[in-house]
Amino acid sequence: MVENRRYRNILAYLVLAVGVVIVAFPVYLAILASTFDAATIINGNMPLVPGDQAAINYSRTLFVGASRTSREPVGLMMMNSFIMAMGIAVGKIFISVLSAYAVVYFRFPFRKTAFWVIFITLMLPVEVRIYPTYKIVADLGLLDTYTGLILPLIASATGTLLFRQFFMTIPDELLEASKIDGAGPFRFFKDTLIPLSITTIAALFVIQFIYGWNQYLWPLLITTKSSMQTIVIGIKKMITTQDALTEWQIAMTTAVLAMLPPVLVVVFMQRLFVKGLVETEK
Amino acid sequence: MEKRAFFSNKILPYALLLPQLAITVIFFYLPASQAVWQSFLLEDAFGLSSEFVGFENYRHLFAQPEYYRAMMTTVIFSSSVAILSLACSLLLATQADKQLRGGEGLKTLLIWPYAVAPVIAGVLWIFMFHPTLGTLSHPIKALGIDWNPMLNATHAMILLVLSATWKQISYNFLFFLAGLQAIPKSVIEAAAIDGSGPLRRFWTIIFPLLSPTTFFLIVVNIVYVFFDTFGIIDAVTGGGPAGRTTTLVYKVYADGRLGGDLGGSAAQSVILMIIVIALTAIQFRYVERRVQY
Repeated sequence: MVENRRYRNILAYLVLAVGVVIVAFPVYLAILASTFDAATIINGNMPLVPGDQAAINYSRTLFVGASRTSREPVGLMMMNSFIMAMGIAVGKIFISVLSAYAVVYFRFPFRKTAFWVIFITLMLPVEVRIYPTYKIVADLGLLDTYTGLILPLIASATGTLLFRQFFMTIPDELLEASKIDGAGPFRFFKDTLIPLSITTIAALFVIQFIYGWNQYLWPLLITTKSSMQTIVIGIKKMITTQDALTEWQIAMTTAVLAMLPPVLVVVFMQRLFVKGLVETEK
Repeated sequence: MEKRAFFSNKILPYALLLPQLAITVIFFYLPASQAVWQSFLLEDAFGLSSEFVGFENYRHLFAQPEYYRAMMTTVIFSSSVAILSLACSLLLATQADKQLRGGEGLKTLLIWPYAVAPVIAGVLWIFMFHPTLGTLSHPIKALGIDWNPMLNATHAMILLVLSATWKQISYNFLFFLAGLQAIPKSVIEAAAIDGSGPLRRFWTIIFPLLSPTTFFLIVVNIVYVFFDTFGIIDAVTGGGPAGRTTTLVYKVYADGRLGGDLGGSAAQSVILMIIVIALTAIQFRYVERRVQY
């Protein structure tokens, strides 16, 4: 660049290092807490190097759970979270790739109307219509079911817009060539469009998986059975206002377990993650 | 923009649209319109009957001092988080934009909090600043401050702002970095040749060129604080002490669930919808301008 003075680079490293430390510190504390017993944490002077209780804490958290509050093994909660996150990611990709295909590659009456009906959902997050949605899900008998957890959260336009935008960049000649080869709508979709969209699908998958795993308010409302709890709900229940009841070592172990899957997705699929994030916002 | 080549099939496109339209109608339009309808109804205490009361729920809402307080809380909360997180991430992004050795690794280390659920972020921060066992509470208390976010509303708000900012920095950082990398290096070099130093270059060239990104992020951050911080508030303060950290969205939840006031909760939902639609409209106007830019 313009001036490559050494001290400016040192300053840059310094600023970034401070940033990294601030970003990592709360998580470091959680990891630390997951290696101590309850007494060490409660007395308020937790050492800043790991203790030796990690194996006990993790096995108890995963297979037994907190004894005084949420009372379900966290392994089960992670399973629920995983099913919900996968359901949201796959479901959203499925419905939006189909509807984007219809809107971009077909001409039919009410095409524009259909697009706008979907598009408007962009504006209203689930939080503002939470109780009426709850009532509908209850009337359909979907409380405490995976379907009830998943379906209302995929009713949004982001995926459709993303695929529409991508399909628009595919040259018309591809469809013309497929048609000359005698391909119908199904073959064009299966053999041409889907293979071309793989990166877009993967990017949307990454974003939606994180979104689904981290959902809080909706599962909080519609799950009443503790066997349907997701991990994000479970951890909140472990932290009670009465301090005496909070088993901090289990709660923080749960926090670490709850962060692990989405953080691993971001770290190992960073490129797809950034692509998905930037493009769904456009 | 339209495709020149397309299929003309009479039934297939409707079949393709059906899953999304069905889900959208059942889980979006139906509840949204019910929220509007319900905001004009008053239910009795047992939810057995309801009568049409016009704008009564709204009038009642605007007569509550708590509603104005929730509004103020939301404004303070969202502006603090937006300013703090934008400032921090802009600083980090300008530093990460320099071609540094190991820059990619540093970038990864800064973006992963995006993946942490808001409620988990809240749990991490309340653990760190817990009045009795928090690791960082001791140094604060050593300074002579009676730190207690569970009883002191100001402390509670500070803790909320910090945790919400922590979670949002990664997002802003990514967008600022992308914005910085899109600025042509020649412009900056030209200014350097004209003898302007790094700071002056930042304020007169880089910052103005970044303004579309900044504006976009301001809107996104406000929407984030409105809705996504629900989990943080629920974990850190539960809206307390004494309702002093209850935001508009938290109040919708609290009034409907804990208070059972569905009409009032629906009226609040409708007001929130109007706010979000206004914010989205502002964003779209700006998007149009960016195209000309």
